[in-house]
Amino acid sequence: MILDSKIPEGPLAEKWDKHKFNVKLVNPANKRKYDIIVVGTGLAGASAAATLAELGYNVKAFCYQDSPRRAHSIAAQGGINAAKNYQNDGDSVYRLFYDTIKGGDYRAREANVYRLAQVSVNIIDQCVAQGVPFAREYGGLLANRSFGGAQVSRTFYARGQTGQQLLLGAYSALNRQIAYGKVKMYPRTEMLDLVMVDGKARGIITRHLITGKIESHSAHAVILATGGYGNVFYLSTNAMGSNATAAWRAYKKGAFFANPCFTQIHPTCIPVSGGYQSKLTLMSESLRNDGRVWVPKAVGDNRAPGQIPEDERDYFLERKYPSFGNLVPRDVASRNAKLACDEGRGVGTTKLAVYLDFADAIKREGLEKISQKYGNLFDMYAKITGENPYEQPMRIYPAVHYTMGGLWVDYNLMTTVPGLYATGECNFSDHGANRLGASALMQGLADGYFVIPYTIGDYLAQNPTTRIETSHPAFKEAEAAVRADVDKLLSINGSRTVDDFHKALGHIMWDYCGMARNAEGLQYAKQEIRKLREAFWSDVKILGTNEELNITLEKAGRVADFLELGELMVDDALNRNESCGGHFREEYQTPENEALRDDENYTYVAAWQYTGPNQPAVLHKEELKFENVKLTQRSYK
Amino acid sequence: MAGNNPNSKPMNLTLRVWRQKNSQAAGTLETYQVKDISPEMSFLEMMDVLNEDLLRSGVDPIAFDHDCREGICGMCSLYINGRAHGPERGTTTCQLHMRKFSDGDTITIEPWRAGPFPILKDLCVDRSALDRIQQAGGYISVNTGGVPDANEIPIPKPIADKAFDAATCIQCGACVAACKNGSAMLFTSAKVSQLAMLPQGQVERKTRVENMVAQMDKEGFGACTNIGSCAAECPVGISLENIAMLNREYIGASFTSENV
Ligand SMILES: Cc1cc2nc3c(=O)[nH]c(=O)nc-3n(C[C@H](O)[C@H](O)[C@H](O)COP(=O)(O)OP(=O)(O)OC[C@H]3O[C@@H](n4cnc5c(N)ncnc54)[C@H](O)[C@@H]3O)c2cc1C
Ligand code: SF4
Ligand code: FES
Repeated sequence: MILDSKIPEGPLAEKWDKHKFNVKLVNPANKRKYDIIVVGTGLAGASAAATLAELGYNVKAFCYQDSPRRAHSIAAQGGINAAKNYQNDGDSVYRLFYDTIKGGDYRAREANVYRLAQVSVNIIDQCVAQGVPFAREYGGLLANRSFGGAQVSRTFYARGQTGQQLLLGAYSALNRQIAYGKVKMYPRTEMLDLVMVDGKARGIITRHLITGKIESHSAHAVILATGGYGNVFYLSTNAMGSNATAAWRAYKKGAFFANPCFTQIHPTCIPVSGGYQSKLTLMSESLRNDGRVWVPKAVGDNRAPGQIPEDERDYFLERKYPSFGNLVPRDVASRNAKLACDEGRGVGTTKLAVYLDFADAIKREGLEKISQKYGNLFDMYAKITGENPYEQPMRIYPAVHYTMGGLWVDYNLMTTVPGLYATGECNFSDHGANRLGASALMQGLADGYFVIPYTIGDYLAQNPTTRIETSHPAFKEAEAAVRADVDKLLSINGSRTVDDFHKALGHIMWDYCGMARNAEGLQYAKQEIRKLREAFWSDVKILGTNEELNITLEKAGRVADFLELGELMVDDALNRNESCGGHFREEYQTPENEALRDDENYTYVAAWQYTGPNQPAVLHKEELKFENVKLTQRSYK
Repeated sequence: MAGNNPNSKPMNLTLRVWRQKNSQAAGTLETYQVKDISPEMSFLEMMDVLNEDLLRSGVDPIAFDHDCREGICGMCSLYINGRAHGPERGTTTCQLHMRKFSDGDTITIEPWRAGPFPILKDLCVDRSALDRIQQAGGYISVNTGGVPDANEIPIPKPIADKAFDAATCIQCGACVAACKNGSAMLFTSAKVSQLAMLPQGQVERKTRVENMVAQMDKEGFGACTNIGSCAAECPVGISLENIAMLNREYIGASFTSENV
């Protein structure tokens, strides 16, 4: 199969406008004859569901939480990028495009990224119209800040709660359509399979998390907006329920999975404190605007931070990257924190932490100004660690945060399964091998508000309005298969808990497929994951039945999928014999320990096709063509 | 162990936890012991430890709602020692840490209790009534596209900041659980005032407050008698001023109602 990315012809800046003109339109009176399923109500899902309903389609939306507003987009802190150039500091659509391509280490598609930068400006207008209370200047206009690795101020924010405010905007638009009866909302409902009829996506199978009821839902097209798979590492900044299940089951039905090994490890998180730890908390990247990262110069220096004199501190990011300093991209910052700790210069009792110090900023700007900027983050830090970051430096360490990999989609955001779309973090599209700060919120809303409403119409217009009943054999078969999977899990009755398996998988992934990888370690990880998967299917302990709120059963299904996805991530990391962005293969580095890309051999998207249980996945390559940007080695010196 | 407090000792605790098989079943408080709880753990991590023990010994683990575990999604919801979200002010259950407790403590853990929040199982309740209040009018009716440039709507910073404060409600329902009348006024007023303060919210100002209050009543939430326990227990500090504002909006709207 040849992967066709369907990138429109013509100059970069004109592709999207041309494409919008060329796509087929669904006649307004016909829109109500089409049903669309949207799985997920984060920024990507809620924006799509609301907008499609406004256009007149019938939408069914699903989420596993008790309310659509609780999707993990709610937790995003720092901000959202847009090429508004309100600050007159040299920003433009082209610059945002260029920064994103470069930040992604030249492993993203030019056309998609350009479109993202173009529609970014509409997103801000839309959110303000909805009443999203962005930060403002005294003159009443919108405020911006610069964010992780950008040299212009293009990030819009709402204190440290930007994701919350953007999601509440999308949720309000969704609520309006629920009230009109154009969206039917199914909370506490988990998608467990995709249903295909005649080679096209025509519905899903769900399990209700309170009653256990397994149900079929039919539609003309299905959109997955189910978020990222960072929880494959057990510990991450994701929510406890964040999962790969919907995307993974779609993969098993024929949707290719792209660049699974591209994971983002965020440099500024609160370090792990003990084995009971259930999740990691991000301290927004915006803190690096004012905080200085350092470790003691000497190995084994156990003095309290305040007792280490200036000249015995190593501000390693400022030292190594004088022009970007503490604002280098995430992958670079994370890797350098790891290096410092590997050298034995880590701080805190675990020695797996570096300092993020605000003393200079407080001296320069005053306590009040700093508290205005970061008050809620400092409070959160104090609550979790019991330490006061106004008085002593924060301790931070990298943690799994975001997955650039995901379901392969073409320019229309359609997967390799006709009629199945993927938006937001669950697709692979725009961030290459490393995502820039404040660009995920932008992508989720771009996909949902401004891209999918056009591209899905093109598909629907070419497909009949005929509905398929859920009594169709394809639905019955899929339901039976889901039921059989659940029964199998419930019948094992082993001795190890689901969390136990999940933690074990997390350790393997973090140690061998985390911030630094090598072929030997990856081979070892592959074997270990297989063993763990076998052990899971023979020894996992789940109590109770399907017909109830069964928290262990829910988790077990998700962990079963992580145990398969983990192996594909390892395969992908093994295949990619280069370092790029968040994928750092120790064998491929420059003499200064920077990522060494191999553009000749790896300027492609690795899209994996499922071929059967325990069968090796088949690799398909989408060659990336750079017609506008010249590939260079990223340099932040 | 974390960096700050290497000497803090593990604790042994007695937990009294509400167990209820489903919405129909009767519930009871069951007693469990947990050992070696680190003060660095979050409250929910302590519950995880208990659940792992229960599971290993063949007892159905305790169901409780939670997701982000960073105080923002609003999904966690425990009534701990008679207080919504426990003893620490301005903190959700998931952000509460065990250093707030002492070795030998007995902790009573119950679900939110309010008529409109039926118990689903153990500590999980159904809060969908709050979504329905939002659906009744917690929005500005604009479709995607065709809106003015964002900077064409200047908003004075103090107003934008106040609107933001009201907009930070996490829809946890603690205000309802804390109120002896089971009133959802604080929750409803937060959205009403956020949108009433903003220029974008003016057009639907009257119908919004009327419809949201009507839905609140329809769901069976109690009347507000200005006791203020809601704001005292609200984990994000939603202010009582919002209730005053809702009342003004409501009275204003009923004089000139467009809902006829
Ligand atoms: C702590 C944190 C801070 C961040 N800060 C920023 C930031 O400042 N700027 C930025 O740009 N990005 C940030 N990000 C990244 C960004 O928030 C996410 O990438 C983005 O919000 C993902 O949105 P989404 O809509 O794709 O998925 P999500 O918001 O995760 O939503 C997923 C949805 O899918 C549903 N779902 C999942 N699986 C199933 C299933 N099987 N069945 C049914 N429903 C399902 C869920 O219920 C949920 O509704 C941050 C991420 C984290 C974790
Ligand atoms: S007002 Fe406060 S207590 Fe009530 S739902 Fe909102 S955040 Fe929770
Ligand atoms: S779990 Fe999200 S607020 Fe507590």
